[in-house]
Amino acid sequence: MRVLPCADSGLLVELDDLDQVRALHAALEADPPEGVTDFVPAARTLLLRLDPAAADMAGIEQAVRSVRPGEVSTRESELLRIPVVYDGADLEEVAILTGLTEREVVEEHTGTEWTVAFGGFAPGFGYLTGGSPRLEVPRRAESRTRVPVGAVGLAGTFSGVYPRESPGGWQLIGRTELRMWDVDRDPPALLRPGVRVRFEEAE
Amino acid sequence: MSVGLEVLETGPLSTVQDLGRPGLAGIGVGISGAADRGSLRLANRLLGNEEGAAAVEVTLGGFAARARRDLTVAVTGAPCPVTVDGRGAATNALVRVPAGAVLRLGTPERGLRSYVAVRGGIAVEPVLGSRSTDVLAGLGPVRLSAGTALPVGPAPERCPVTDFAPVAELPADEVVLTVVPGPRADWFADGALDALLSEPYTVTAEANRVGIRLDGPELKRRRDEELPSEGMVVGALQVPPSSRPTLFLADHPVTGGYPVIAVVVSGDVDKAAQARPGMRLRFAVGRRRNR
Repeated sequence: MRVLPCADSGLLVELDDLDQVRALHAALEADPPEGVTDFVPAARTLLLRLDPAAADMAGIEQAVRSVRPGEVSTRESELLRIPVVYDGADLEEVAILTGLTEREVVEEHTGTEWTVAFGGFAPGFGYLTGGSPRLEVPRRAESRTRVPVGAVGLAGTFSGVYPRESPGGWQLIGRTELRMWDVDRDPPALLRPGVRVRFEEAE
Repeated sequence: MSVGLEVLETGPLSTVQDLGRPGLAGIGVGISGAADRGSLRLANRLLGNEEGAAAVEVTLGGFAARARRDLTVAVTGAPCPVTVDGRGAATNALVRVPAGAVLRLGTPERGLRSYVAVRGGIAVEPVLGSRSTDVLAGLGPVRLSAGTALPVGPAPERCPVTDFAPVAELPADEVVLTVVPGPRADWFADGALDALLSEPYTVTAEANRVGIRLDGPELKRRRDEELPSEGMVVGALQVPPSSRPTLFLADHPVTGGYPVIAVVVSGDVDKAAQARPGMRLRFAVGRRRNR
Protein backbone atom coordinates (compact mmCIF):
# COMPACT_ATOMS: atom_id res chain seq x y z
CA MET A 1 0.00 0.00 0.00
CA ARG A 2 1.23 3.48 -0.89
CA VAL A 3 -0.47 6.61 0.44
CA LEU A 4 0.13 9.60 -1.83
CA PRO A 5 -0.91 13.15 -0.84
CA CYS A 6 -2.94 15.36 -3.21
CA ALA A 7 -1.88 18.61 -1.49
CA ASP A 8 -4.35 19.19 1.39
CA SER A 9 -7.35 18.10 -0.71
CA GLY A 10 -6.93 14.34 -0.76
CA LEU A 11 -5.05 11.15 -0.03
CA LEU A 12 -4.64 8.70 -2.90
CA VAL A 13 -4.24 5.15 -1.62
CA GLU A 14 -2.57 2.87 -4.14
CA LEU A 15 -3.31 -0.84 -3.82
CA ASP A 16 -2.45 -4.06 -5.66
CA ASP A 17 -5.79 -4.78 -7.24
CA LEU A 18 -9.50 -4.06 -7.35
CA ASP A 19 -10.35 -6.56 -4.58
CA GLN A 20 -8.12 -4.63 -2.18
CA VAL A 21 -9.71 -1.35 -3.29
CA ARG A 22 -13.18 -2.71 -2.58
CA ALA A 23 -12.20 -4.17 0.77
CA LEU A 24 -10.56 -0.93 1.96
CA HIS A 25 -13.44 1.16 0.62
CA ALA A 26 -16.00 -0.98 2.44
CA ALA A 27 -14.05 -0.86 5.70
CA LEU A 28 -13.50 2.91 5.61
CA GLU A 29 -17.01 3.73 4.47
CA ALA A 30 -18.43 1.85 7.44
CA ASP A 31 -16.48 4.14 9.78
CA PRO A 32 -15.21 7.18 7.86
CA PRO A 33 -12.34 9.12 9.45
CA GLU A 34 -13.22 12.71 10.38
CA GLY A 35 -12.57 15.19 7.58
CA VAL A 36 -13.13 12.70 4.71
CA THR A 37 -15.87 14.10 2.45
CA ASP A 38 -15.92 11.55 -0.35
CA PHE A 39 -14.43 8.27 -1.52
CA VAL A 40 -13.46 7.76 -5.18
CA PRO A 41 -12.77 4.08 -5.85
CA ALA A 42 -10.99 3.13 -9.09
CA ALA A 43 -9.20 0.11 -10.56
CA ARG A 44 -6.14 0.22 -8.30
CA THR A 45 -6.64 3.25 -6.12
CA LEU A 46 -9.00 4.66 -3.53
CA LEU A 47 -9.01 8.45 -3.31
CA LEU A 48 -10.10 10.00 -0.03
CA ARG A 49 -11.27 13.56 -0.64
CA LEU A 50 -10.68 15.75 2.39
CA ASP A 51 -12.15 18.87 3.92
CA PRO A 52 -8.86 20.77 4.39
CA ALA A 53 -10.27 22.66 7.38
CA ALA A 54 -11.30 19.50 9.25
CA ALA A 55 -8.88 16.79 8.13
CA ASP A 56 -5.80 15.66 10.06
CA MET A 57 -3.84 14.08 7.20
CA ALA A 58 -1.34 12.20 9.33
CA GLY A 59 -4.13 10.80 11.48
CA ILE A 60 -6.17 9.75 8.46
CA GLU A 61 -3.15 8.09 6.84
CA GLN A 62 -2.59 6.18 10.06
CA ALA A 63 -6.25 5.13 10.13
CA VAL A 64 -5.99 3.90 6.53
CA ARG A 65 -2.85 1.88 7.28
CA SER A 66 -4.34 0.29 10.36
CA VAL A 67 -7.51 -0.94 8.64
CA ARG A 68 -7.77 -4.70 8.54
CA PRO A 69 -10.21 -5.12 5.71
CA GLY A 70 -12.40 -8.16 5.82
CA GLU A 71 -13.66 -10.16 2.89
CA VAL A 72 -16.06 -8.17 0.77
CA SER A 73 -19.22 -10.09 0.26
CA THR A 74 -21.45 -9.09 -2.61
CA ARG A 75 -23.78 -12.04 -2.22
CA GLU A 76 -26.21 -9.97 -0.18
CA SER A 77 -26.19 -6.99 -2.52
CA GLU A 78 -28.88 -6.05 -5.00
CA LEU A 79 -29.15 -7.89 -8.33
CA LEU A 80 -30.07 -5.79 -11.36
CA ARG A 81 -31.31 -7.47 -14.55
CA ILE A 82 -30.55 -5.48 -17.71
CA PRO A 83 -32.42 -6.50 -20.87
CA VAL A 84 -30.20 -6.02 -23.94
CA VAL A 85 -30.83 -6.14 -27.68
CA TYR A 86 -27.52 -7.44 -29.05
CA ASP A 87 -27.23 -5.52 -32.31
CA GLY A 88 -24.27 -3.23 -31.50
CA ALA A 89 -22.15 -1.68 -34.23
CA ASP A 90 -19.02 -3.48 -32.99
CA LEU A 91 -20.52 -6.94 -32.37
CA GLU A 92 -18.89 -8.37 -35.47
CA GLU A 93 -15.53 -6.75 -34.59
CA VAL A 94 -15.72 -8.14 -31.03
CA ALA A 95 -16.38 -11.61 -32.45
CA ILE A 96 -13.29 -11.32 -34.66
CA LEU A 97 -11.13 -9.97 -31.81
CA THR A 98 -12.18 -12.71 -29.39
CA GLY A 99 -12.29 -15.57 -31.87
CA LEU A 100 -15.90 -16.26 -30.90
CA THR A 101 -19.02 -16.25 -33.04
CA GLU A 102 -21.45 -13.37 -32.50
CA ARG A 103 -23.80 -15.81 -30.80
CA GLU A 104 -21.03 -16.91 -28.45
CA VAL A 105 -20.26 -13.27 -27.57
CA VAL A 106 -23.90 -12.87 -26.49
CA GLU A 107 -23.77 -16.12 -24.53
CA GLU A 108 -20.58 -15.11 -22.73
CA HIS A 109 -21.96 -11.67 -21.92
CA THR A 110 -25.22 -13.05 -20.51
CA GLY A 111 -23.63 -16.14 -18.99
CA THR A 112 -21.93 -14.63 -15.96
CA GLU A 113 -22.78 -12.25 -13.17
CA TRP A 114 -21.05 -8.86 -13.31
CA THR A 115 -20.47 -6.47 -10.41
CA VAL A 116 -20.17 -2.67 -10.42
CA ALA A 117 -16.61 -1.95 -9.30
CA PHE A 118 -16.55 1.83 -9.55
CA GLY A 119 -17.90 4.81 -11.46
CA GLY A 120 -16.30 7.95 -12.82
CA PHE A 121 -16.72 8.41 -16.56
CA ALA A 122 -20.11 10.14 -16.32
CA PRO A 123 -22.94 10.31 -13.78
CA GLY A 124 -24.55 6.88 -13.65
CA PHE A 125 -21.78 5.02 -15.48
CA GLY A 126 -20.47 1.90 -13.73
CA TYR A 127 -17.38 -0.12 -14.59
CA LEU A 128 -18.61 -3.75 -14.46
CA THR A 129 -16.16 -6.50 -13.59
CA GLY A 130 -16.26 -10.24 -13.08
CA GLY A 131 -17.33 -11.14 -16.60
CA SER A 132 -16.00 -13.83 -18.87
CA PRO A 133 -12.25 -13.47 -19.54
CA ARG A 134 -12.96 -14.53 -23.13
CA LEU A 135 -14.59 -11.12 -23.74
CA GLU A 136 -11.42 -9.07 -23.13
CA VAL A 137 -11.04 -6.60 -26.02
CA PRO A 138 -9.14 -3.32 -26.50
CA ARG A 139 -10.96 -0.01 -26.78
CA ARG A 140 -11.72 1.10 -30.32
CA ALA A 141 -8.72 2.61 -32.11
CA GLU A 142 -10.84 5.70 -32.69
CA SER A 143 -13.41 7.05 -30.28
CA ARG A 144 -16.91 7.77 -31.51
CA THR A 145 -18.00 11.37 -31.08
CA ARG A 146 -21.54 10.19 -30.36
CA VAL A 147 -22.55 7.01 -28.57
CA PRO A 148 -26.31 6.70 -28.01
CA VAL A 149 -27.85 6.48 -24.53
CA GLY A 150 -28.27 2.87 -23.41
CA ALA A 151 -25.42 1.50 -25.57
CA VAL A 152 -23.81 -1.58 -23.97
CA GLY A 153 -20.06 -1.85 -24.48
CA LEU A 154 -16.86 -3.71 -23.70
CA ALA A 155 -13.32 -2.38 -23.06
CA GLY A 156 -10.46 -4.30 -21.50
CA THR A 157 -12.02 -6.66 -18.97
CA PHE A 158 -14.88 -4.22 -18.27
CA SER A 159 -18.42 -3.94 -19.52
CA GLY A 160 -20.58 -0.82 -19.18
CA VAL A 161 -23.77 0.95 -20.25
CA TYR A 162 -23.70 4.55 -21.51
CA PRO A 163 -26.05 6.48 -19.17
CA ARG A 164 -26.59 9.28 -21.70
CA GLU A 165 -25.49 10.22 -25.20
CA SER A 166 -21.78 11.05 -25.11
CA PRO A 167 -18.48 10.50 -26.91
CA GLY A 168 -16.97 7.08 -26.21
CA GLY A 169 -14.36 4.56 -27.28
CA TRP A 170 -15.84 1.27 -26.05
CA GLN A 171 -16.76 -1.60 -28.38
CA LEU A 172 -20.55 -1.52 -28.67
CA ILE A 173 -22.31 -4.89 -28.64
CA GLY A 174 -25.91 -3.95 -27.86
CA ARG A 175 -28.40 -1.55 -26.31
CA THR A 176 -30.88 -1.43 -23.45
CA GLU A 177 -34.07 0.55 -22.93
CA LEU A 178 -33.48 0.59 -19.16
CA ARG A 179 -32.79 4.15 -17.95
CA MET A 180 -29.48 3.86 -16.14
CA TRP A 181 -29.52 7.47 -14.88
CA ASP A 182 -32.45 9.64 -13.81
CA VAL A 183 -31.96 12.52 -11.37
CA ASP A 184 -35.65 12.46 -10.47
CA ARG A 185 -35.48 8.83 -9.31
CA ASP A 186 -34.17 7.56 -5.99
CA PRO A 187 -31.56 6.24 -6.47
CA PRO A 188 -30.60 8.24 -9.57
CA ALA A 189 -28.01 5.64 -10.65
CA LEU A 190 -28.97 1.98 -11.09
CA LEU A 191 -25.28 1.04 -11.27
CA ARG A 192 -23.67 1.81 -7.93
CA PRO A 193 -20.50 0.19 -6.58
CA GLY A 194 -21.35 -3.29 -5.32
CA VAL A 195 -24.55 -3.80 -7.34
CA ARG A 196 -24.61 -7.20 -9.14
CA VAL A 197 -25.71 -7.27 -12.77
CA ARG A 198 -27.14 -9.91 -15.07
CA PHE A 199 -27.45 -9.04 -18.74
CA GLU A 200 -30.40 -10.79 -20.40
CA GLU A 201 -31.07 -11.01 -24.11
CA ALA A 202 -34.26 -9.08 -24.87
CA GLU A 203 -36.86 -10.60 -27.15
CA MET B 1 -41.39 30.69 -4.05
CA SER B 2 -41.80 34.08 -5.71
CA VAL B 3 -39.66 35.30 -8.56
CA GLY B 4 -37.02 37.65 -7.23
CA LEU B 5 -34.79 38.34 -10.21
CA GLU B 6 -35.52 38.36 -13.91
CA VAL B 7 -32.37 37.83 -15.99
CA LEU B 8 -31.98 40.35 -18.84
CA GLU B 9 -28.40 39.69 -20.01
CA THR B 10 -25.86 37.02 -19.10
CA GLY B 11 -22.50 37.96 -20.66
CA PRO B 12 -20.43 34.99 -21.90
CA LEU B 13 -21.64 32.57 -19.19
CA SER B 14 -23.75 32.96 -16.07
CA THR B 15 -24.76 29.99 -13.91
CA VAL B 16 -26.25 29.35 -10.49
CA GLN B 17 -23.68 27.97 -8.04
CA ASP B 18 -23.54 26.96 -4.39
CA LEU B 19 -20.96 24.74 -2.67
CA GLY B 20 -21.77 21.72 -4.85
CA ARG B 21 -22.45 18.01 -4.39
CA PRO B 22 -19.86 16.29 -2.21
CA GLY B 23 -20.30 12.61 -1.41
CA LEU B 24 -21.58 11.34 -4.77
CA ALA B 25 -18.32 10.33 -6.49
CA GLY B 26 -19.34 6.65 -6.33
CA ILE B 27 -22.05 7.29 -8.92
CA GLY B 28 -19.78 9.50 -11.03
CA VAL B 29 -21.01 12.88 -9.80
CA GLY B 30 -18.38 15.56 -9.17
CA ILE B 31 -18.46 18.27 -6.54
CA SER B 32 -18.97 21.29 -8.85
CA GLY B 33 -20.15 24.49 -7.12
CA ALA B 34 -18.64 27.99 -7.20
CA ALA B 35 -15.24 28.07 -8.91
CA ASP B 36 -14.10 30.75 -6.44
CA ARG B 37 -15.63 29.50 -3.21
CA GLY B 38 -14.14 32.22 -1.02
CA SER B 39 -15.96 34.91 -3.01
CA LEU B 40 -19.29 33.05 -2.81
CA ARG B 41 -18.88 32.63 0.95
CA LEU B 42 -17.98 36.29 1.40
CA ALA B 43 -21.06 37.46 -0.50
CA ASN B 44 -23.28 35.24 1.62
CA ARG B 45 -21.66 36.35 4.87
CA LEU B 46 -22.23 39.99 3.94
CA LEU B 47 -25.93 39.26 3.38
CA GLY B 48 -26.42 37.18 6.52
CA ASN B 49 -27.13 34.07 4.39
CA GLU B 50 -25.83 30.58 5.04
CA GLU B 51 -22.31 30.47 3.54
CA GLY B 52 -23.36 27.91 0.95
CA ALA B 53 -26.50 29.69 -0.30
CA ALA B 54 -26.78 29.69 -4.10
CA ALA B 55 -25.76 32.78 -6.08
CA VAL B 56 -25.12 33.69 -9.71
CA GLU B 57 -21.58 33.10 -10.99
CA VAL B 58 -20.93 35.64 -13.76
CA THR B 59 -18.01 34.99 -16.13
CA LEU B 60 -16.35 38.16 -17.44
CA GLY B 61 -19.22 40.49 -16.54
CA GLY B 62 -22.10 41.49 -18.76
CA PHE B 63 -24.85 40.30 -16.42
CA ALA B 64 -28.05 42.32 -15.97
CA ALA B 65 -31.23 41.48 -14.05
CA ARG B 66 -34.39 43.25 -12.94
CA ALA B 67 -35.52 42.99 -9.32
CA ARG B 68 -39.14 41.85 -9.16
CA ARG B 69 -39.35 42.91 -5.52
CA ASP B 70 -37.10 44.87 -3.13
CA LEU B 71 -33.84 42.94 -2.84
CA THR B 72 -30.53 43.27 -1.06
CA VAL B 73 -27.58 41.94 -3.06
CA ALA B 74 -23.78 41.73 -2.82
CA VAL B 75 -21.32 41.43 -5.72
CA THR B 76 -17.97 39.80 -4.94
CA GLY B 77 -15.13 38.11 -6.86
CA ALA B 78 -13.76 39.77 -9.98
CA PRO B 79 -14.27 43.51 -9.33
CA CYS B 80 -16.51 45.02 -11.99
CA PRO B 81 -18.49 48.23 -12.37
CA VAL B 82 -21.90 47.72 -10.73
CA THR B 83 -24.92 49.91 -11.35
CA VAL B 84 -28.50 49.99 -10.09
CA ASP B 85 -30.69 51.80 -12.63
CA GLY B 86 -27.53 53.45 -13.92
CA ARG B 87 -26.25 54.68 -10.56
CA GLY B 88 -22.91 53.32 -9.44
CA ALA B 89 -22.74 50.82 -6.56
CA ALA B 90 -19.86 49.16 -4.72
CA THR B 91 -18.55 45.62 -4.86
CA ASN B 92 -18.02 43.60 -1.67
CA ALA B 93 -20.80 45.64 -0.10
CA LEU B 94 -24.53 45.52 0.53
CA VAL B 95 -26.49 46.98 -2.37
CA ARG B 96 -30.24 47.72 -2.25
CA VAL B 97 -32.09 47.01 -5.48
CA PRO B 98 -35.68 48.29 -5.30
CA ALA B 99 -38.49 46.44 -7.08
CA GLY B 100 -38.35 47.20 -10.80
CA ALA B 101 -34.73 48.44 -10.76
CA VAL B 102 -32.06 46.89 -13.00
CA LEU B 103 -28.80 45.60 -11.52
CA ARG B 104 -26.01 45.60 -14.09
CA LEU B 105 -22.41 44.31 -14.02
CA GLY B 106 -19.84 45.75 -16.43
CA THR B 107 -16.66 44.00 -17.53
CA PRO B 108 -14.18 43.38 -14.71
CA GLU B 109 -10.79 45.05 -15.04
CA ARG B 110 -9.19 42.08 -13.35
CA GLY B 111 -10.21 38.55 -12.56
CA LEU B 112 -12.74 36.37 -14.34
CA ARG B 113 -15.68 35.41 -12.14
CA SER B 114 -17.99 37.68 -10.16
CA TYR B 115 -20.71 36.50 -7.78
CA VAL B 116 -24.12 38.09 -7.44
CA ALA B 117 -25.68 36.89 -4.20
CA VAL B 118 -29.11 37.89 -2.95
CA ARG B 119 -30.30 38.03 0.65
CA GLY B 120 -32.39 34.85 0.95
CA GLY B 121 -30.36 32.99 -1.68
CA ILE B 122 -31.25 31.95 -5.24
CA ALA B 123 -33.92 29.29 -4.68
CA VAL B 124 -34.07 27.28 -7.92
CA GLU B 125 -34.96 23.60 -7.45
CA PRO B 126 -31.92 21.63 -6.19
CA VAL B 127 -30.69 18.58 -8.14
CA LEU B 128 -29.08 15.85 -6.01
CA GLY B 129 -28.85 18.25 -3.08
CA SER B 130 -27.28 21.21 -4.88
CA ARG B 131 -28.33 24.16 -7.03
CA SER B 132 -25.01 24.18 -8.90
CA THR B 133 -24.71 23.83 -12.67
CA ASP B 134 -22.06 21.21 -13.48
CA VAL B 135 -21.10 22.05 -17.07
CA LEU B 136 -19.12 18.82 -17.59
CA ALA B 137 -21.72 16.39 -16.26
CA GLY B 138 -24.70 18.37 -17.54
CA LEU B 139 -26.27 18.38 -14.06
CA GLY B 140 -28.24 21.02 -12.21
CA PRO B 141 -30.03 24.12 -13.54
CA VAL B 142 -29.39 25.04 -17.17
CA ARG B 143 -27.11 28.02 -17.77
CA LEU B 144 -28.93 31.31 -17.42
CA SER B 145 -30.34 33.10 -20.45
CA ALA B 146 -32.28 36.30 -21.04
CA GLY B 147 -35.75 35.80 -19.58
CA THR B 148 -34.79 33.27 -16.89
CA ALA B 149 -36.84 33.95 -13.76
CA LEU B 150 -34.87 33.25 -10.60
CA PRO B 151 -36.77 32.64 -7.36
CA VAL B 152 -35.27 34.10 -4.19
CA GLY B 153 -35.71 32.41 -0.82
CA PRO B 154 -37.01 34.00 2.38
CA ALA B 155 -34.58 36.36 4.09
CA PRO B 156 -32.68 34.68 6.92
CA GLU B 157 -33.43 35.78 10.50
CA ARG B 158 -29.83 36.86 10.93
CA CYS B 159 -29.25 40.48 9.98
CA PRO B 160 -26.18 41.59 8.06
CA VAL B 161 -23.63 42.81 10.60
CA THR B 162 -21.40 44.78 8.24
CA ASP B 163 -22.10 46.48 4.96
CA PHE B 164 -18.62 46.35 3.44
CA ALA B 165 -15.76 43.82 3.39
CA PRO B 166 -12.21 44.79 2.42
CA VAL B 167 -10.61 42.29 0.01
CA ALA B 168 -7.12 42.02 -1.45
CA GLU B 169 -6.73 43.28 -5.01
CA LEU B 170 -6.53 40.57 -7.68
CA PRO B 171 -3.26 40.40 -9.62
CA ALA B 172 -3.28 41.75 -13.18
CA ASP B 173 -0.56 39.77 -14.99
CA GLU B 174 0.90 37.04 -12.85
CA VAL B 175 -0.29 34.94 -9.95
CA VAL B 176 1.78 32.62 -7.76
CA LEU B 177 0.11 29.39 -6.68
CA THR B 178 1.42 27.08 -3.98
CA VAL B 179 1.61 23.42 -4.99
CA VAL B 180 2.51 20.13 -3.32
CA PRO B 181 4.32 17.67 -5.67
CA GLY B 182 2.52 14.40 -6.34
CA PRO B 183 0.63 12.14 -6.26
CA ARG B 184 2.33 11.04 -9.53
CA ALA B 185 5.49 13.16 -9.63
CA ASP B 186 7.45 9.89 -9.90
CA TRP B 187 5.90 9.28 -13.35
CA PHE B 188 7.84 12.24 -14.74
CA ALA B 189 11.40 12.55 -16.02
CA ASP B 190 14.12 14.21 -13.98
CA GLY B 191 13.80 17.94 -14.40
CA ALA B 192 10.05 17.96 -15.08
CA LEU B 193 9.15 19.15 -11.59
CA ASP B 194 11.93 21.76 -11.75
CA ALA B 195 10.55 22.95 -15.08
CA LEU B 196 7.07 23.30 -13.57
CA LEU B 197 8.47 25.33 -10.68
CA SER B 198 10.95 27.52 -12.54
CA GLU B 199 9.10 28.94 -15.53
CA PRO B 200 5.69 30.62 -15.70
CA TYR B 201 2.78 28.99 -17.55
CA THR B 202 0.31 30.96 -19.62
CA VAL B 203 -3.46 30.57 -19.26
CA THR B 204 -4.71 29.61 -22.74
CA ALA B 205 -8.11 30.40 -24.23
CA GLU B 206 -9.14 26.85 -23.32
CA ALA B 207 -10.15 27.76 -19.79
CA ASN B 208 -13.56 27.02 -18.32
CA ARG B 209 -15.17 25.67 -15.15
CA VAL B 210 -13.69 22.22 -15.84
CA GLY B 211 -10.11 23.38 -15.94
CA ILE B 212 -7.43 25.61 -17.42
CA ARG B 213 -5.15 24.37 -20.20
CA LEU B 214 -1.73 25.87 -19.63
CA ASP B 215 1.05 26.60 -22.08
CA GLY B 216 4.69 26.54 -21.01
CA PRO B 217 7.64 24.18 -20.66
CA GLU B 218 7.00 20.53 -21.54
CA LEU B 219 6.73 18.12 -18.63
CA LYS B 220 8.22 14.91 -20.00
CA ARG B 221 7.23 11.55 -18.56
CA ARG B 222 9.52 8.81 -17.34
CA ARG B 223 6.86 6.10 -17.53
CA ASP B 224 5.01 5.64 -20.79
CA GLU B 225 2.51 2.97 -19.81
CA GLU B 226 -1.15 3.81 -19.40
CA LEU B 227 -2.17 4.98 -15.94
CA PRO B 228 -5.34 3.20 -14.79
CA SER B 229 -7.95 5.94 -14.24
CA GLU B 230 -7.89 7.26 -10.70
CA GLY B 231 -9.75 9.80 -8.59
CA MET B 232 -8.96 13.48 -9.16
CA VAL B 233 -9.09 16.48 -6.82
CA VAL B 234 -9.69 20.16 -7.51
CA GLY B 235 -6.36 21.93 -8.05
CA ALA B 236 -4.72 18.88 -9.67
CA LEU B 237 -2.18 19.58 -12.43
CA GLN B 238 -2.88 16.70 -14.77
CA VAL B 239 -0.47 16.20 -17.67
CA PRO B 240 -2.02 14.79 -20.88
CA PRO B 241 0.05 13.60 -23.89
CA SER B 242 0.63 17.25 -24.94
CA SER B 243 3.06 17.37 -21.95
CA ARG B 244 1.49 20.68 -20.83
CA PRO B 245 -0.54 20.65 -17.62
CA THR B 246 -4.27 21.21 -17.17
CA LEU B 247 -5.29 22.74 -13.84
CA PHE B 248 -8.58 21.24 -12.65
CA LEU B 249 -11.32 23.54 -11.34
CA ALA B 250 -14.77 22.94 -9.83
CA ASP B 251 -16.35 20.84 -12.63
CA HIS B 252 -13.30 18.60 -13.19
CA PRO B 253 -13.89 14.94 -14.10
CA VAL B 254 -14.30 12.60 -11.12
CA THR B 255 -11.53 10.31 -12.43
CA GLY B 256 -8.73 10.77 -14.95
CA GLY B 257 -6.26 8.59 -16.80
CA TYR B 258 -3.24 10.92 -17.00
CA PRO B 259 -0.74 11.42 -14.19
CA VAL B 260 -0.95 14.40 -11.83
CA ILE B 261 2.48 15.95 -11.25
CA ALA B 262 1.41 18.30 -8.45
CA VAL B 263 -1.68 19.75 -6.78
CA VAL B 264 -2.44 23.41 -6.01
CA VAL B 265 -3.26 23.77 -2.30
CA SER B 266 -6.95 24.28 -1.54
CA GLY B 267 -6.40 27.85 -0.32
CA ASP B 268 -5.02 28.90 -3.73
CA VAL B 269 -7.60 27.26 -6.02
CA ASP B 270 -9.81 30.36 -5.79
CA LYS B 271 -6.95 32.47 -7.15
CA ALA B 272 -6.57 30.08 -10.08
CA ALA B 273 -10.31 30.37 -10.78
CA GLN B 274 -9.85 34.13 -11.25
CA ALA B 275 -7.00 33.77 -13.80
CA ARG B 276 -7.88 35.01 -17.26
CA PRO B 277 -6.56 33.80 -20.60
CA GLY B 278 -3.18 35.44 -21.25
CA MET B 279 -2.24 35.64 -17.56
CA ARG B 280 0.84 33.86 -16.24
CA LEU B 281 0.74 31.33 -13.43
CA ARG B 282 3.82 30.54 -11.39
CA PHE B 283 3.99 27.48 -9.18
CA ALA B 284 5.92 27.40 -5.92
CA VAL B 285 6.38 24.44 -3.60
CA GLY B 286 4.76 24.78 -0.24
CA ARG B 287 4.94 22.47 2.66
CA ARG B 288 2.07 20.11 3.14
CA ARG B 289 -0.08 21.78 5.71
CA ASN B 290 -0.66 19.45 8.56
CA ARG B 291 -1.73 19.63 12.12
